[in-house]
Amino acid sequence: MNNYTFREMMTIAAAREIMDGDIVFCGTGISMLAAMAAKHISAPHSVIFFETGAIDSLLEEVPLAVGDSRVMFWTSVNGGLADSFATMQNRFTGKHVVGILGAAQIDKYGNLNSTAIGDYFRPDVRFSGSGGACDVASFVNRTIIFMQQEERKFVNKLDYLTSPGYLDGPDGRKKAGLPEGGPSAVITNMAVMHFDEKTKEMYLKGYYPGITPQEVLDNMQFKVDISRAEEMSAPSEEELGILRERCDPQRLILG
Amino acid sequence: MEITQDKIMSLKEAIKRFVTDGCHISFGGFTLNRNPMAAVYEIIRQGIKNLHLYAHSNGQAVDELIGAGCVDRIEIAYGGTGRFAPTCICFKRAIQEGSLQFEDYSNYHMTLRFLAGAMGVPFLPTRSSLGTDIIEKWGFSKDVREKDPRIPNEKLKVIDNPFGTWADTPKVVLLPAINTDVTIIHVQKADIQGTLRIKGLTFADVEQAKSAKHLIVTCEDLVEKMELRDDPDQNQIPFFNVDALVHMPNGAYPTACFRYYDYDPVYLNEYREYAKSDELFKEYLDKFVFGVEDHKGLIELVGEDRIRKIKADPRTGYASNLERR
Repeated sequence: MNNYTFREMMTIAAAREIMDGDIVFCGTGISMLAAMAAKHISAPHSVIFFETGAIDSLLEEVPLAVGDSRVMFWTSVNGGLADSFATMQNRFTGKHVVGILGAAQIDKYGNLNSTAIGDYFRPDVRFSGSGGACDVASFVNRTIIFMQQEERKFVNKLDYLTSPGYLDGPDGRKKAGLPEGGPSAVITNMAVMHFDEKTKEMYLKGYYPGITPQEVLDNMQFKVDISRAEEMSAPSEEELGILRERCDPQRLILG
Repeated sequence: MEITQDKIMSLKEAIKRFVTDGCHISFGGFTLNRNPMAAVYEIIRQGIKNLHLYAHSNGQAVDELIGAGCVDRIEIAYGGTGRFAPTCICFKRAIQEGSLQFEDYSNYHMTLRFLAGAMGVPFLPTRSSLGTDIIEKWGFSKDVREKDPRIPNEKLKVIDNPFGTWADTPKVVLLPAINTDVTIIHVQKADIQGTLRIKGLTFADVEQAKSAKHLIVTCEDLVEKMELRDDPDQNQIPFFNVDALVHMPNGAYPTACFRYYDYDPVYLNEYREYAKSDELFKEYLDKFVFGVEDHKGLIELVGEDRIRKIKADPRTGYASNLERR
């Protein structure tokens, strides 16, 4: 068996969710790395783009923020925020965009909190806020969400709903007036979850080698269906090689 | 807006003339890139307080101003500087302690608000944020909103699409325009008349610049008129939008300026430590802001060696292979 970290497994698991031809909206950190890995491994025609306005960045070096000059080098177009969000709200191009997001809390419908824990006005912990996350989650067809598998993060009720998933269920987005779409996968340090087509509730799709479905359940407040879950394959030598040597040789994100 | 006057001046004079206690202000750049930091430090040195700040994801500039106690109210989408501070530290502490009034929006919301201000319309619509707490929870009190004529009485509004089901859109969110008293941006090139050229991503600088009553610009290179008129397709902002023009090499330091220099990881890592408490932050300000005469003084304090390390590689526009841990 290969030696790899859960962080590497998460990155590869997310990369496997990206399809060839997707336009991939990336945030900071591990999401950039997943998009870079997908492009090198299984989705050579995917396009990486950033809310800051950079389209199809070469990413010779890993950026440490979406405003990093590294996203501006060798792009198709360097624009601005107005262009990039319009690309996602646009009814033709938006359908091809997959967004990668992260958050402090998630609920069973894939709604996200990246704003505050505790009382909104006087929070126990304040986070960065939406940035472009709410916009992406509102507009695009599919989102992939990175989370740490912890009980305090997979919650029955969010302290603040920053970015919309399926809101309160199958008709949630329609009732609110949002475009169709919504979360497609949640990638954690233990497992991958998808959303049921009918109920729009999260279910366990796959768990990493060495992890049991029960361990996943033990690390969330709400229960998910585990009957469809299968053990996932470990990252291959090729996947790991590309991730380590071509995507993050300085281990700035992989740690 | 200023057409006729000579607008080239020192940073001290520009800040003194256009940035006043309690003014409504925004800064260009994004997280750790092209923040007008020289201007931010000069605002702190001049002791200007009670600012009402509008930000999309302005990172470093916003955090330092909050830490220095210059900001009363903020309307913001994202307070973070990427890996150096996933949540800006002074921003986080101020909200947790209840010392900063805040209103949350998304990045597209803030961009549209600046664009509406630039266009001269009262609002612009989007489909973003329907069903979320950004719509439900309002940070500023009714009293604050009603007392300040520079902000509308509502954070935002949700309405049915007035064109029925046109464009398959049942509802839209209306975002109120922003018109700042002053906006400050840092650009790569300006000519002596004030025409501006930004290299790399423009972020929302153009919308911010054009939504302002007064615009202060700091620039890396101040050039003759002919130089920017040779290739005008590369210019974004015409001279008449500019009120004050300041030649300020390294004016975005410690944030990056594409094609000129990178962010300084050493500075940003040190900053993160200093920002952890009010006492340490006072030490930081005493050393790096009040301890120097001006931005040139800061660059000298940091030293040639570090400035050389972050110099942009002409091929990539950033400092290739820079140690960034």
